[in-house]
Amino acid sequence: MSVGKNEPRRDGPAKLTGRALYLDDLDIPGCWHGATVRSSVPHGRIKSIGFEPGFPWDECVVVTAQDIPGKNVVALIEPDQPLLADGIVRHREEAVVLVAHADRATAYEAAKRVKIEYEPLPPVFDMERSDKTFKSFLIQRGDLDAGFAAADVVVEGEYRTPSQEQAYIENNAVAAYEENGVLIVTGSLQCPYYVLKALKHIFNRDESGIRVVQTVTGGGFGGKEEYPSMIAGHAALLALKAGRPVKIVYDRHEDMAATTKRHPSIVRHRTGLTKDGRLVAQDIEVVMDGGAYATLSAVVLSRGTLHAAGAYECPNVRVRSKVVMTHTPPNGAFRGFGAPQTLFAVELHWEKIAAALGIDSLTLRRRNIFKLGSTTATGQRLLESVGASECLEKTVKRSKYASKRREYDRWNKNKANPSWRGIGLAVCHHGAGFTGSGEVYLASRAGVALTRNGELIVLAASTEIGQGTNTMFAQVAADALGAPAAWFSVETPDTHKVPDSGPTVASRTCMVVGGLVSRAARELKRAFQTEYGRVPKTAADLKKAAAALCAGAPARRFEVQYEKPPEVAWDDAAYRGDAYGVYSYAAITVDLEIDKLTYETRVRRVTTAQDIGKAINPLLAEGQIIGGSTQGLGWALLEEPIFKDGVMVNSQLTNYVIPTSLDAPPFDVILVEKPYSRGPFGAKGVGELPMDVPGPAVAAAVLHATGRLIPTLPHTPERIAEALK
Amino acid sequence: MIMLTVNGRKRSFDGAPFKRLIDALREDFKLTGTKEGCGEGECGACTVLLDDEPVNSCLIAICQVEGRAVETVESLGAPEKLSRLQAGFLACGGAQCGICTPGMLMTAHAHLKSGGKADDRSVRAAISGNLCRCTGYQDIVKSVIAAAKGRRK
Repeated sequence: MSVGKNEPRRDGPAKLTGRALYLDDLDIPGCWHGATVRSSVPHGRIKSIGFEPGFPWDECVVVTAQDIPGKNVVALIEPDQPLLADGIVRHREEAVVLVAHADRATAYEAAKRVKIEYEPLPPVFDMERSDKTFKSFLIQRGDLDAGFAAADVVVEGEYRTPSQEQAYIENNAVAAYEENGVLIVTGSLQCPYYVLKALKHIFNRDESGIRVVQTVTGGGFGGKEEYPSMIAGHAALLALKAGRPVKIVYDRHEDMAATTKRHPSIVRHRTGLTKDGRLVAQDIEVVMDGGAYATLSAVVLSRGTLHAAGAYECPNVRVRSKVVMTHTPPNGAFRGFGAPQTLFAVELHWEKIAAALGIDSLTLRRRNIFKLGSTTATGQRLLESVGASECLEKTVKRSKYASKRREYDRWNKNKANPSWRGIGLAVCHHGAGFTGSGEVYLASRAGVALTRNGELIVLAASTEIGQGTNTMFAQVAADALGAPAAWFSVETPDTHKVPDSGPTVASRTCMVVGGLVSRAARELKRAFQTEYGRVPKTAADLKKAAAALCAGAPARRFEVQYEKPPEVAWDDAAYRGDAYGVYSYAAITVDLEIDKLTYETRVRRVTTAQDIGKAINPLLAEGQIIGGSTQGLGWALLEEPIFKDGVMVNSQLTNYVIPTSLDAPPFDVILVEKPYSRGPFGAKGVGELPMDVPGPAVAAAVLHATGRLIPTLPHTPERIAEALK
Repeated sequence: MIMLTVNGRKRSFDGAPFKRLIDALREDFKLTGTKEGCGEGECGACTVLLDDEPVNSCLIAICQVEGRAVETVESLGAPEKLSRLQAGFLACGGAQCGICTPGMLMTAHAHLKSGGKADDRSVRAAISGNLCRCTGYQDIVKSVIAAAKGRRK
């Protein structure tokens, strides 16, 4: 058995020796460099586009919206975002003109010498003043008025979360060229079939005329879910016009200022409880800032809405949510996808409720937390794999939460101590896979190929972006077949070679696509058994079996398609039913201290238990948990994109600060494995879950340390000082 | 003409003297293991050793390297024969997306080579100039300590 073992990462040796080729490392003969001319106003009409005289424009290729052969749109959900602004710009840093040159520095110099004149139009930056809603949702359960009538106390709160930059260390990078009439686009990206879809509309070509290939990708975290489609379109326009390969490699400033980030949010809670702390009514309102175009906002809002009531049972719930347009660069996917925002609010709100009721938040959580058989706000009954309580209890015990609370109360009473100390708690659920009917619409396919030489190859469009996809796929396929993992390789995501297994997002790669790979490997196993008499045991045996099964053909593919589990039912119109096939669960405690002189926070220790069904590779799973939690700590304490006149002004790693090795605390991770019958070997999602809980746990710990509930992230020294004034 | 040693080999460079060292390594010497993450010395992805000292190669002009020795990630082990440090990273989960890894390895290599301590506090201090967005650092620290102790768990 390979599942459950720490098989070494497949991509490890190449990455550890500098041999792994990221996009900018590829030696593409004759490749030119592309640069992007971006809008300098947040909203305006383009009056003219001029080219400074005296520059060797004849050496350059220049592209505007007029050069687009098909539709000027980055096709995703709504067809509202142009590939290149035409007439109107709706946010700062919107792409207007592209230039390419053989020399990178000259390409950037050329971009500076394109002069665009605008007639300014009034911008809207405040999400609460926007009059354009991209999408809204309403969830209703029970009778809200009756719930509030039965409440002994009603507690209200408003919570705000900032944007966040994904800050993958490899900036966005894509190259394009044409070969034998096929447009080839290759780059750092999460979703090759999203890029393919966008390019089909831009170039009026079908999938045979376009090939999208992922290169080794230096981190994504959602940031390379949709934006690479834009860059791919740009690189391809330049390449086709230049008649040669063109690559576009963003620098850090451009990547931070122009590309998508986490949606800022405002969440308001009005909560009714009985005097012994049972939830009877939750009225929740969510507003998110989508930026200038719809991009993925509707689905980000959906996930945020579906997690807004938290991992607690309440008979009467209303969640009203909307995502609105502002004249800022579009926000998009970032690990957690709307859930960290709404979970911050519901989790920190427990502390406010605790103060109102005089019952501590741990006891309140214990009284209301999801258990087997609980019903969610959408009316979903949780019938298996509910590890919420176990995560909570294991975290509380391992971190000595109760005794630390008392110890720090004593510490904080002593005025002579140089710091305040606190420990805070948070719990969450996180739905794995696409929301509602999403997986049905995706209808993902994945497979396993057997070549006549006896090679076994996993076929999926799911990308390895550091999380360990390829290693996990090989382990799942191997155990499903009953063969060593070393027999399997994993095909490069290439739209001419692999089926569309859907995007690499939504904590779905292991649970959903891993499930397809496992099914495909079991089909192969049946074929071996019926056509060869057995599953081969040795490499030589495999060669013989392969020759028999392929019967002269170069290879045989075993492909399967997603099938909706029959017990899952979702009503998209009413927003009721089984929002996700299953949920993963996490609990966390954050133990921290705040310097009384500088108000700097130092996280002393993080303890977290996470129910992910089954850890296919525990080392990789823990890597997701520690890494994701550290991003959550960054969001909670350090990271804040500062916007001025609609543009991020701290778009550098110098002034947008992410955690270093000295900011990151020691982590104590407890894997909880409540198997899910539909997941491969019981596995659920793990990618996003760890991002959800650090924020509210930090705020709860700061409250414990200082006595101040600060409802806005991040808890920078400045914000803590302000709260303590 | 600028003369330097790269990974133990004498090399010459006759391009622009203010070309960044990272660009000379990647473009002229075809050593693409060294990565650019920010171009302003914040992320450490481009860390190489200059006379055994870790430096950000995006902040060094090639003319500053005259007569000196540069070591890049390519000077460590090969995929089929990883160095002890690289093997530690593989065993302990020290690399995920891999883009910070070459710089991280060179910083850790310099730390251990110069007799730095292989404990949590010292390793964290040593690598504090190298940003990683994937791992949360704990497994990187473990990797370095495991390598220093010669363990390959």
